[in-house]
Amino acid sequence: MEKMHGKNLILANMWVAFTFFMVAILLGVFQVLSRAGYVPGLQIPELYFGSVSTHGVIMGFVLTTFAIMGFGYFAAVNSLKMNIPHKWFGWTGFIIALTGTLMAASMLLSGQASVMYTFYPPLKAHPLFYAGAALLVVGSWFWAFHMIWMMNKWKKENPGETVPILMFGTVANAILWLFTSLGVTLEILFLLLPWSLGWIETVDVGLGRTLFSWTLHAIVYFWLIPAYLVLYAIVPKEAGGKLFCDEMARISLIMLMVISVPIGMHHLYMDPFQAAGWKLVHMVGTLLVALPTLFTGFTVLAGLEIAGRLAGGRGPFGWFFAVPWGKPVVLAGMLSLLMLTFGGFGGLVNASYSLNALVHNTQWITGHFHLIFAGTSIIMYFAFAYYMWPKVTGKELFSTKIALWQLWLWFIGMLTLTLPWHYLGMLGQPRRISSSPYPEVVREGWALQELGMFIGGVILMVSAVLFIYNLLRTHGNTISVAPAFNNVECLNPAARMPALLNGFGFWTVLIFFYLIVGYGYPVLQFFLMETHGVEPWGI
Amino acid sequence: MHIDKLEKFWIWLTTITAFAATGVLGFYALHLNIHPPSNVETIDSSRLHLSKEFNENNLGVKKNADGSVTVTLVAARYGFFPSHIKVPANTPVKLRIASPDVLHGFHVPGLNFATMVIPGYVSEVHAKFPKTGEFFLLCNEFCGLGHDHMWSKLTVTNK
Ligand SMILES: [Cu+2]
Ligand SMILES: [Cu+2]
Repeated sequence: MEKMHGKNLILANMWVAFTFFMVAILLGVFQVLSRAGYVPGLQIPELYFGSVSTHGVIMGFVLTTFAIMGFGYFAAVNSLKMNIPHKWFGWTGFIIALTGTLMAASMLLSGQASVMYTFYPPLKAHPLFYAGAALLVVGSWFWAFHMIWMMNKWKKENPGETVPILMFGTVANAILWLFTSLGVTLEILFLLLPWSLGWIETVDVGLGRTLFSWTLHAIVYFWLIPAYLVLYAIVPKEAGGKLFCDEMARISLIMLMVISVPIGMHHLYMDPFQAAGWKLVHMVGTLLVALPTLFTGFTVLAGLEIAGRLAGGRGPFGWFFAVPWGKPVVLAGMLSLLMLTFGGFGGLVNASYSLNALVHNTQWITGHFHLIFAGTSIIMYFAFAYYMWPKVTGKELFSTKIALWQLWLWFIGMLTLTLPWHYLGMLGQPRRISSSPYPEVVREGWALQELGMFIGGVILMVSAVLFIYNLLRTHGNTISVAPAFNNVECLNPAARMPALLNGFGFWTVLIFFYLIVGYGYPVLQFFLMETHGVEPWGI
Repeated sequence: MHIDKLEKFWIWLTTITAFAATGVLGFYALHLNIHPPSNVETIDSSRLHLSKEFNENNLGVKKNADGSVTVTLVAARYGFFPSHIKVPANTPVKLRIASPDVLHGFHVPGLNFATMVIPGYVSEVHAKFPKTGEFFLLCNEFCGLGHDHMWSKLTVTNK
């Protein structure tokens, strides 16, 4: 059996991601049950808010970071056809990140960090929680530098050659992550950690929230870019087609990387301490960052059309039925795009400077980010797992049929969960409540939607169990497959890729300046005016 | 560099749409003066009860000389104080609200009347209610174990 280089590092990252994912799924089911109020004895606020915090931290920080690291190593080894230089460097990052995760998880599970994944000072968590979160981020920086290092090494060894799109996007994501994770890291190191240890008495909540917002938007693109990369580099190839336009894909990735960091203030629209003008500036960037996503949708659909036509599909729609939907990664691509479309509409409402007041902090928001994150992104993580597991382990996927069922269930479950949530949000239901002890008039129309939420949650749990089961059984499969990976071909390959679309030097400088423009004064203002810090509060 | 004709069309279409959306929202903001509730104003939350504006005796609804109304509220674990407020319809209302403890959210479903309440800062929202009726203020930001129970009443009366 042929063994893929870096197999252990890739699988270690992936299994940490998916093991924690399974824990968070079970918590999610508990939460929908609690909120729907079907088992009155289960409505215990301590349990619920501890659970929401754990669910959020695991899904947002642990599942994503480890899966993205595993994805990155797979992308680098295979698309560059190159071994990982100094593998110990990657293992060091992995161990630091895992240590941090275990520290944070122990505090979350023991109820000492029920402060939500957004940290929410002046609520105070145990110092080990903040330290753990910081270590997770620091561990991921090893990965990010490793990716940049590998791309540069390859470019040196292959002068004039075009960096394959899979690796190009992975490095774009690594650079994006280095910039975006800085906000939350500064918040932890200079505010929350010393404050929770009692070294400083108070924190400025406005400054803390501003720093967190710096991370909060672009982190979504950190999660989403691997999904886009599967759509660009793997889906068209698996469907038997080609990438429609390599240059446009690169432009989209660069736009995501440059624009998505300094626009996080749309999370602060409803907060008092930032002037309206800054919120407006950040709104413009927020609307512009929709463009690369719209370009991506076009390119991916075009790639699928090429595949359908090559397979003999005719006419304006005939190609659609000729696309091999029986391949998990191809099916997932389509379902992902559908959820992205729904979620994108909702996102425009959230992004709208004046419309935001309608939905802010309501269940609509929960519905929105579950569609974009748990739907659009995570379904592609599943698809990627189905694609890479046989290549990494050398063993055929245990069951393609179960995989297809699993993806459909995830899609159906996600819509059953999130469409009612959007509606509940418009009715005014707040997010993050453990029960709804409101007057009957306030609760009008909620019950049916809550039933949808509950059913959706259960379907998603079934889907998650099938996913884990399939991967576990794959390890024991006796049918071998070759770990062959080929980079996607382009419809019109560029003879020579312009340097600007083959590297990041210029763009990194540009992000740096855009970040100073977007966040310079909004952060500085807290040092220019007289602010009043706040002492720690328990929950 | 090669960009397909159809793709160029799509790029133009989406770019124009994005700028049009920006234009509409910018128009609302700059011309009609509709902004999210921004108010860069600090306050010492630990001494809120001693402040002139947010001490217990100064809270509630006040009519101003120009006919407008100022509502001064405190959002604290786990309620809005005073717990029932009455404001006239079709009258400019200025809400000033502060928190002595942790984060809270202020939201009146059905009226788009909302702001975050951040300790250390004073939130200010301007509104005018077109319809009369009974409404409810819900805290929509996690503020502690009693968060679910944090709500109160708002009545919009005839002028
Ligand atoms: Cu955002
Ligand atoms: Cu509250």
